[in-house]
Amino acid sequence: MLSLDFLDDVRRMNKRQLYYQVLNFGMIVSSALMIWKGLMVITGSESPIVVVLSGSMEPAFHRGDLLFLTNRVEDPIRVGEIVVFRIEGREIPIVHRVLKIHEKQNGHIKFLTKGDNNAVDDRGLYKQGQHWLEKKDVVGRARGYYQENRSVEDRNCKLQV
Amino acid sequence: MPKMNTLLSRANSLFAFTLSVMAAVTLGCILTTAFKDRSAPVRLHVSRILLKKVEDFTGPRTKSDLGFITFHIYADLEKTFDWNVKQLFLYLSAEYTTKSNAVNQVVLWDKILLRGENPKLDLKDVKSKYFFFDDGHGLKGNRNVTLTLSWQVVPIAGILPLVTGSGRVSVPFPDSYEVAKAF
Repeated sequence: MLSLDFLDDVRRMNKRQLYYQVLNFGMIVSSALMIWKGLMVITGSESPIVVVLSGSMEPAFHRGDLLFLTNRVEDPIRVGEIVVFRIEGREIPIVHRVLKIHEKQNGHIKFLTKGDNNAVDDRGLYKQGQHWLEKKDVVGRARGYYQENRSVEDRNCKLQV
Repeated sequence: MPKMNTLLSRANSLFAFTLSVMAAVTLGCILTTAFKDRSAPVRLHVSRILLKKVEDFTGPRTKSDLGFITFHIYADLEKTFDWNVKQLFLYLSAEYTTKSNAVNQVVLWDKILLRGENPKLDLKDVKSKYFFFDDGHGLKGNRNVTLTLSWQVVPIAGILPLVTGSGRVSVPFPDSYEVAKAF
């Protein structure tokens, strides 16, 4: 019954009102797009907000949590930072912590990463024969965090462990 | 039929308003803890240093300097925890310069400290968790390897800052390699 009412409203609108509604919708979509693109420019990252996909950084980050990234290339990569990197030939970016860095005088850096919840470093994840990551593999660095709602039991259990 | 419409539209605008208010409150909560000083006093002490030259079995199989350090950590992190801190990720890192690399940093040990656990750390005779391989032979005779304890503050919602503790200790590595001694 509701849908019929709505269609009647549309039929009653003249062409001008219809165009106005379409334009209105277009404005909303463009505003959302502008905000997203603006975020991309400010942070310098192609994906300024990412969702955590795996449990390899637990108990800090769980699947479903949000991470806010920046990708300022001038910021030096240092140990302890959480970087989001992509391995050559693989689509899915990985969010892990930097474990080791060796930087030359000219700024060329090679570094090793490891997930907090993993027992070993990430060399098993890199390409065959690849021992280090470089600046070009970095998609962004985690600067902000938002925890997806979790049940109270989940939080309490973790504290008791 | 008109009554149902206004009820729905009222529910719709109420829902939208609730969402906006909740977002604003979350942002306000984040801002109250975003600029807090998360540093704390740290005391580090190194008790044993050993240097070997071994084929780096964790990665590129070249003979590299391998260091072994035993250390004590004392830190009081009670003031860093507040309602918006879920955990601290602590890590002890060694930083040094060599002929081939201007900046080297190696994490030797890390620990996750959840809110609710004892925030006063008094750890003695801790052995490094991760192998201290250099990219080459830069540890031999290196007098200026600095150990610092740092931590990453993981909030419930907000910024992820990295803080370095105030205490640091310099480790002088020996001029020659140990051949036989086991650590």
